[in-house]
Amino acid sequence: MKKTVITVVGKDKVGIIAKICTYLANNSINILDISQTIIQDFFNMMMIVDTSKAPKTFDEIAEELDQIGSEIGVVIKAQREEIFNKMHRI
Amino acid sequence: MINIHEVIETNKMIEQENLDVRTITLGINLLDCAGSDLSEVNQRIYNKITTVAKNLVAAGNKIQREFGIPIVNKRIAVTPISVIGASCCKTIEDYVTIAETLDRAAHEVGVNFIGGYSALVNKAMTASDELLIRSVPKALSRTNRVCSSVNVGSTKTGIDMNAVKLLGEIILETAELTKEHDSIGCAKLVVFCNAPDDNPFMAGAFHGITEGDAVINVGVSGPGVVKKALESVRGADFETLCETIKRTAFKITRVGQLVALQASKLLNIPFGIVDLSLAPTPAVGDSVAEILEEIGLEYAGAPGTTAALALLNDQVKKGGVMASSFVGGLSGAFIPVSEDQGMINAVEVGALSIEKLEAMTCVCSVGLDMIAVPGDTKASTISGIIADEMAIGMINQKTTAVRIIPVIGKSVGDRVEFGGLLGHAPIMRVNEFSCEKFINRGGRIPAPIHSFKN
Repeated sequence: MKKTVITVVGKDKVGIIAKICTYLANNSINILDISQTIIQDFFNMMMIVDTSKAPKTFDEIAEELDQIGSEIGVVIKAQREEIFNKMHRI
Repeated sequence: MINIHEVIETNKMIEQENLDVRTITLGINLLDCAGSDLSEVNQRIYNKITTVAKNLVAAGNKIQREFGIPIVNKRIAVTPISVIGASCCKTIEDYVTIAETLDRAAHEVGVNFIGGYSALVNKAMTASDELLIRSVPKALSRTNRVCSSVNVGSTKTGIDMNAVKLLGEIILETAELTKEHDSIGCAKLVVFCNAPDDNPFMAGAFHGITEGDAVINVGVSGPGVVKKALESVRGADFETLCETIKRTAFKITRVGQLVALQASKLLNIPFGIVDLSLAPTPAVGDSVAEILEEIGLEYAGAPGTTAALALLNDQVKKGGVMASSFVGGLSGAFIPVSEDQGMINAVEVGALSIEKLEAMTCVCSVGLDMIAVPGDTKASTISGIIADEMAIGMINQKTTAVRIIPVIGKSVGDRVEFGGLLGHAPIMRVNEFSCEKFINRGGRIPAPIHSFKN
């Protein structure tokens, strides 16, 4: 399993999750965990996804998500899960 | 599984608190490039560097994209050139051709600095070592990316005072040859005591002769992250303060370890060490001096600074050491003046002097670093400053270094602009009383009594 963490930060509006999930489904990316919170009026969402069945490379996925982010006015970042695991788990 | 708060914490460190991997430094052994024909040696050096480091920059960029952590510098360290050039360099110009080759190779593979134009003369200089040292001013004035270092002492051998004397003159000559650019050549020359073989940070990085053929060393950084963490424990006691620094250092270093292992895998080159350092940049919020202020000092340099720095340095090591399988290099807090906005401010308000900085170097990882002094400072005075710093390293069994820049044409009150990561600095006052007779004695200072541990 190749786990990637997708984070979305921006002003809350209708359809952010729908748009991202559609993209993920179209690219055979499975969502393992999803959670969201509001910090200082900003919408923060995190998804842990499995990209092992995705036909595209990490760079392509990251770039396309970034593109979707600019279209809907939020910042979408994709990062490999290891950086968070290393930092927060012994 | 990782939760959203942990993800947000990590990304906040990266986006708002300047957490980054300061450098992935690829150490390359050049011993197999030595020979008696200078042009062949130059060709072999060029070929080896451009082959081994071919994918370094691409690998760094890939790690940066996939983990979302900035990798600020990709750099190369090579075997000290005085060893490689010993059998083929007969003149200063011969050595300079090797510097130019290193510069070309660095340019070709896209790294911003290459270290190792160095000599290790802890006890005494060979003819070749001396020739390399004498070639440093020309080498640094004719290249952009080459960094030079000279190790003039160690706890085991004492201090080679002939080299210390010579380097005072060499630093002034380097300043003179690069005076059109605020004597910037001196920013690429470090004089060491107890230099580590695996330091990934410039300008003092070289690939020690005890190292393998190639190795990946990583330097992490994150003074802004420590500063931010300390904001949440204002007024708390020292135990809480130390625990907070330790926990933060652990997190920062874990990222360094991850990046080092990834780079090692991508390049198929063994992982050497992670250097646990707090390395500042001139950016606001990326300053070691600001951590000292957060600990409770009005400015770096105020009474209490040495104690605050001592605990900071120690906690960084304690937190970092558990986060990495191999630690090394300089590991600790860096206190360069021109590269740290808080240090610059402290000098400008009169809180920080060279003498206080010298005291601070007794308890942190490096030495007098990126200090701009008047251009008319005497060579013997520079040698005296170097000797003091080397003595601190020798007696305390630690690495110390001097990177001092006599800026030709400028005096106390002026400012100097180096640009980029090297930053800007006010010219600092130097004690002008003479040490000429001391420096002119020649010979070496014997190793201290506690070096005899056998």
